[in-house]
Amino acid sequence: MSGSYIPFTEEMKKTYTILAPTMLPMHFRMVAAVLNSFGYRVELLDGNSPDIPETGLRYVHNDTCYPAILVIGQFITALESGKYDPHKTALIYFQTGGGCRASNYISLLRKALKKAGYGYVPVISISFLGLEKHPGFHLTLPMLHGLIYGLLYGDLLMNTVNQVRPYEKVKGSAEALAAKWTERLGKELGSGKPIRYRKVKENYSRILNDFASLPTVPRDTVRVGIVGEIFVKYSPLGNNNLENFLISEGAETVVPGLVDFFLYCVYNSLHDYGIYKFGVLSHAVSKAAFSFLCKKKNDLIAATVSHGRFRPPTDFRHVIRLADGYIDTGTKMGEGWLLTAEMLELSEMGVKNVVCTQPFGCLPNHICGKGMMKPIKERNPDMNIVAIDYDAGASAVNQENRLKLMLAYAREKEKEKAQVQAHAQVHAQAQAAEPTVEKSTAEKSTEAFASEAFAAEIPAAASTDGRG
Amino acid sequence: MSTVYSVGIDIGSTTAKLVITENGEPTLCRYERHMSQARGKLTELLRDAEGILQGKRFTAAISGSAGMGLAQAAGVPFVQEVFATAEVVKRKEPDASCVIELGGEDAKVIFFEGGRDERMNGSCAGGTGAFIDQMAVLLNMTVDEMDRASLSAERIYPIASRCGVFAKSDIQPLLNQGASKPDIAASIYQAVVNQTVAGLAQGRKIRGKVLFLGGPLYYCQGLRLRFRQTLGLDEEHAKFPEYGRHAVALGAALCIGKEYTYEELLLAVEKSADIKTSRRLPPLFDGPEDYEEFRKRHAKDTVGEEDLSSYRGRAWLGVDCGSTTTKLVLISEEGKILYSYYSPNLGNPVSVVKEQLEKIYALCGDRTVICGAASTGYGETLIQNAFSLDEGVVETIAHYTAAARFRPDVDFILDIGGQDIKCFKIRNGAIDSIMLNEACSSGCGSFIETFARSMGYSAAEFAAKGITAKAPVNLGTRCTVFMNSSVKQSQKEGTTVEDISAGLSVSVVKNALYKVIRAHSPEELGKNIVVQGGTFLNDAVLRAFEKEVGTEVIRPSVAGLMGAYGAALHAMRFSKSKILTAEALKHFVHRSTGTVCQGCGNHCRLTVNTFDGGRRFISGNQCERGLGGRRDESLPDLYAFKQSFLTSLSEKEEGDGRRGTVGIPLALGMLEQAPLWKALFSSLGYRVIFSGLSTRATYEKGQLTIPSDTACYPAKIMHGHMLELIEKKPDFLFYPCLSYNVDEGRSDNCYNCPIVAYYPELLRGNMDDLKSVRFLSPFLNLNRPKVLAKGLRKALNREGEKIGRREMKTAVKKGLAAYRAYREAVAEEGKRAVRYAKEQGKRVMILAGRPYHCDPEINHGIDKLAASLGFVVVSEDSVCDMAEPPRVGVLNQWTYHSRLYAAAAYATEHPDTELVQLVSFGCGIDAITSDEVRAILESHGKLYTQIKIDEITNLGAVRIRLRSLIGAVEERERNRKESEG
Repeated sequence: MSGSYIPFTEEMKKTYTILAPTMLPMHFRMVAAVLNSFGYRVELLDGNSPDIPETGLRYVHNDTCYPAILVIGQFITALESGKYDPHKTALIYFQTGGGCRASNYISLLRKALKKAGYGYVPVISISFLGLEKHPGFHLTLPMLHGLIYGLLYGDLLMNTVNQVRPYEKVKGSAEALAAKWTERLGKELGSGKPIRYRKVKENYSRILNDFASLPTVPRDTVRVGIVGEIFVKYSPLGNNNLENFLISEGAETVVPGLVDFFLYCVYNSLHDYGIYKFGVLSHAVSKAAFSFLCKKKNDLIAATVSHGRFRPPTDFRHVIRLADGYIDTGTKMGEGWLLTAEMLELSEMGVKNVVCTQPFGCLPNHICGKGMMKPIKERNPDMNIVAIDYDAGASAVNQENRLKLMLAYAREKEKEKAQVQAHAQVHAQAQAAEPTVEKSTAEKSTEAFASEAFAAEIPAAASTDGRG
Repeated sequence: MSTVYSVGIDIGSTTAKLVITENGEPTLCRYERHMSQARGKLTELLRDAEGILQGKRFTAAISGSAGMGLAQAAGVPFVQEVFATAEVVKRKEPDASCVIELGGEDAKVIFFEGGRDERMNGSCAGGTGAFIDQMAVLLNMTVDEMDRASLSAERIYPIASRCGVFAKSDIQPLLNQGASKPDIAASIYQAVVNQTVAGLAQGRKIRGKVLFLGGPLYYCQGLRLRFRQTLGLDEEHAKFPEYGRHAVALGAALCIGKEYTYEELLLAVEKSADIKTSRRLPPLFDGPEDYEEFRKRHAKDTVGEEDLSSYRGRAWLGVDCGSTTTKLVLISEEGKILYSYYSPNLGNPVSVVKEQLEKIYALCGDRTVICGAASTGYGETLIQNAFSLDEGVVETIAHYTAAARFRPDVDFILDIGGQDIKCFKIRNGAIDSIMLNEACSSGCGSFIETFARSMGYSAAEFAAKGITAKAPVNLGTRCTVFMNSSVKQSQKEGTTVEDISAGLSVSVVKNALYKVIRAHSPEELGKNIVVQGGTFLNDAVLRAFEKEVGTEVIRPSVAGLMGAYGAALHAMRFSKSKILTAEALKHFVHRSTGTVCQGCGNHCRLTVNTFDGGRRFISGNQCERGLGGRRDESLPDLYAFKQSFLTSLSEKEEGDGRRGTVGIPLALGMLEQAPLWKALFSSLGYRVIFSGLSTRATYEKGQLTIPSDTACYPAKIMHGHMLELIEKKPDFLFYPCLSYNVDEGRSDNCYNCPIVAYYPELLRGNMDDLKSVRFLSPFLNLNRPKVLAKGLRKALNREGEKIGRREMKTAVKKGLAAYRAYREAVAEEGKRAVRYAKEQGKRVMILAGRPYHCDPEINHGIDKLAASLGFVVVSEDSVCDMAEPPRVGVLNQWTYHSRLYAAAAYATEHPDTELVQLVSFGCGIDAITSDEVRAILESHGKLYTQIKIDEITNLGAVRIRLRSLIGAVEERERNRKESEG
């Protein structure tokens, strides 16, 4: 049986600072704001110092996954920094549980703390499985409610900022706007007042409007999707600032949202009931949670679609069906089937270039990432996927070189496509008297991929729904 | 139309290439090693081309992995090298279907036919050109000599094809066993070919017209031959163009670059400020005085020397036949060094030792008599047999003996040799724990040496440079292949040789500390540390170590000779030696031939060494059988038990087969669940066909369909099993997905690892052969008979079978009963083995892994090796129920792994039992379990031994591990008895 742990007591709640790692800055800032409105003192660690992996390597088995090395390194670096009184500090970490070794992060963190002489520091794990009890920390329904909106806002901000940033007229303006909104929403969620959904929806359209009115200039970009193991997919610390690198190379990044990962976890518990028939009670809860989250996400999609300027995320029920014929949705360890489905989701969105990130030696990704590339490419020959391994020893040069190869190929294909289409256009114009409706992707302005292409996709998705 | 000039530049990891084209045709091609001074070399190449470029306008572009940063800094357009290559193909060989390009450290395969697809080696696949260079050093040949030798090869040995470091540890035993150099050279090339074909093509067939590019393929005829033979290509279809080694530069020239004049381009390159991203470390020494003080301090640790040509009296000889070097030491009565020798063994240690013995005899004259001689190291038995030495000493014991001479209270010894890192802790006068580097981080000393050579320095010069480094570059910790890329990165930034040398020293040290020893603090290592091994003769490494652990350590003057010195000290217990006399040496003859052992199904490749006078020594065998059957057949061996159970299970006819046949792969979890499915399907009226236990050929058969090269060997071998099954043409294949294993009530949950759980999903997506057969892989629950029956029935009936509810219920019942019966049989046999050991006074070894480690191809006969050393071998699953499951510090949620913890607990309760953990390379979960198992054992004063296994395992090293374990255990028992008595 597993070892004991230091509980986070009610006493501690009053005086302790709780440190949390930052995986996604915008999301996590709002999450922290929500937690703090319930009387906690959560502080986000967003250091990106090169000492972090070194410290991690010192306290964790070197063959453990890179995210564990980083997160643990980040915690211990923070405790050693002198910025916090270790006797008045607790750590919090979100984990999913399950058959992947990632479910051992908390145990590994505690072991590392002990080795580093911080064995007394309590570690709170937030997980769906409710693995541990901490008298001073409860996930209450109102808290969860706030957290969910934090995530939804985060996904919306991430989605819009990604679509504006490569084209912004004033450099940094999109990020600045996102930061402004993050702060404002964090304050709102952390005000302690009950959340009114009407207000949330208003915020959605304000955000969309704000981003839409940022001055942009047309730029030639290639769109690149990012999928992978959740930590290295999102965290700049984990993926050597992948997003910034891609943007500096003239790419527009497309990153599937965090809400999907939570939906994936809830879906799995539903699916488990189907296969294994356990957890009748939790099944009912999961079912309700699943519908609730899907509804919330679809409202967000609807808001984006009706605004018309930005590419919306995909209905999660449709994402599930995308995996069909590639991987069974019973594959639930790590990012599981969702990773495969996200690559297909990107393909469906017309994002044919994908970076599949994983920590070196990631077990689930052998199956769901690298293991699915062949079937995906077979059936979607225009997909251009590159797998990038991240770990403490991998050099950025190798990673960048592989990314450059992917980008060069992407650009060449854009060029070919543009040529073919331009050719077709000329041909069509020469032949027919009536004006052609064909639109060249070469004239890629920011408006191009808004309404026409993507509004059309939703009904298409809906019709697949009907079939399924 | 006027002539159009273009300049293409390719800066790789080791070489810089420059091509100038006139109207698309190359007029100047340069290819030179840049010795890490990429910018300087490029400037030089450009100046040389002044005659052509002066006064013209031309376009220029840079390509190559090390060219990326330079291009950015100089503002010259960068062309990704695969793209440059594609451009060349388009112009020169438009009908090529595939390009294979090997560079210094990159390997690429580009497919043109049927959708363009480019593949580059991943971060794990080591270099190729650099790898060949390194191997040539190992064989003590130039690359040219090795290439010529390879052409006269007669046989190919299997050499690991994943990464260079692995291959190296395969080659070493071959060298030590006396395999011929031409054969090894060709085998090295074959490994490169396998790596490219299997690692990069990943299931896509390489066919049609293939273009071979890059330096190594331009220079190495033998490599070309191996590629052509492996791929089955004739002259027409295998093209090795003249521009091969410049292809990328040519491609860069052909791509659209930016326009320049000669002066503009030269200025851009010269003025390019280096963008520095690499991190720097503080210098190793604060100045010459600091270094001088350091040297004086270490000069004290010496044993003294005496001149053999004037010495009179008795002497003892120690020979350490190591992996890359051979060391000899002759000592006096006081333990002073009379004669010593340290040299690369040049691939033939026997002749080296013979030569040295002759020299020693000549120097001894009739004044000095050798009274005892002992050998140690990889070639211990070979040398002992060849020269009739008095004893063989286990390497670790030899090192400890020597270290204790310098520091009787030594409690920690770290030895970094040419090939490996060894470290052991000493507690109560006995070796307490032994840690050897696993294959992936080895290559320490020789790595620095090879690096030095590749940069044009001798090892000593290179080390001396490190001492004066101002800001050593931080290269990270990880295996040498990664370090290559880190060095590449810093070369890109124009780092000085001094800083690279010092940085490498720091990396080697960190690698040893954090990767092998996994130390958290210096106190953990010990108070009295002795460091040794040839690598520590490098002052930069020694200093880096002292700085890293923050304490002063002892480096004996004979740091590189410690094994031999220890062996000599050991031999001092003899007063008369059997060693071949000077006279006998004159008639010394050594011949080695290869053969295959017929002793058992393993069919080990043996090398038979014959010496004059009919003395024979056979190496390469996994057990003692090849030597004439010393193995005690009656010793219980749970691995053998499980194997024979599985064999008889597959042979047993059961059921009427009225419903047809079902094929089940005998790999991963199926090695334990075979009885379940056999009984279940037989009851339903199917005849069950298994794929059988694996062989190397099984793996090779499926090798081309493996998408993720870093997955574990037990998973990768599954591909071959599926193909073998398909050949047997069952009506359908069955291999379920099981997120959960059987709940044995020992752990918090009963998961399978992600690989065991979901491998069928990967197989379906990556094996084209599965598309034309029926393959069932339902998700099932083994813990609830009803749910299992329902799920399986649904899966089968969906495929058109008509199985009734009751029928299925009976079948499930029978299946689960058969599974339980099997588990009980294993437990029963475990009890019998343990009882037997107790009655016969034998030691028990728990060879603790997973059920699939019982496959002989996966465990490489380690159980037999252990049995030949006198152990009763039991498995983790046979003893796990005989002990209370311990509390562990991690989440105990995998069924197989919970058995490991329980087995470790069992070992702690039984003094006659030792546990050796088998870990498959790439097993992420064992990164968690191994620390826990170690903690359980060590909390009760037990030794922890881990053996990492892969597609190829160096049994010689395993033997040393197991013998050291025995030695340490015996020494402990002696100490215990002494303290009790």
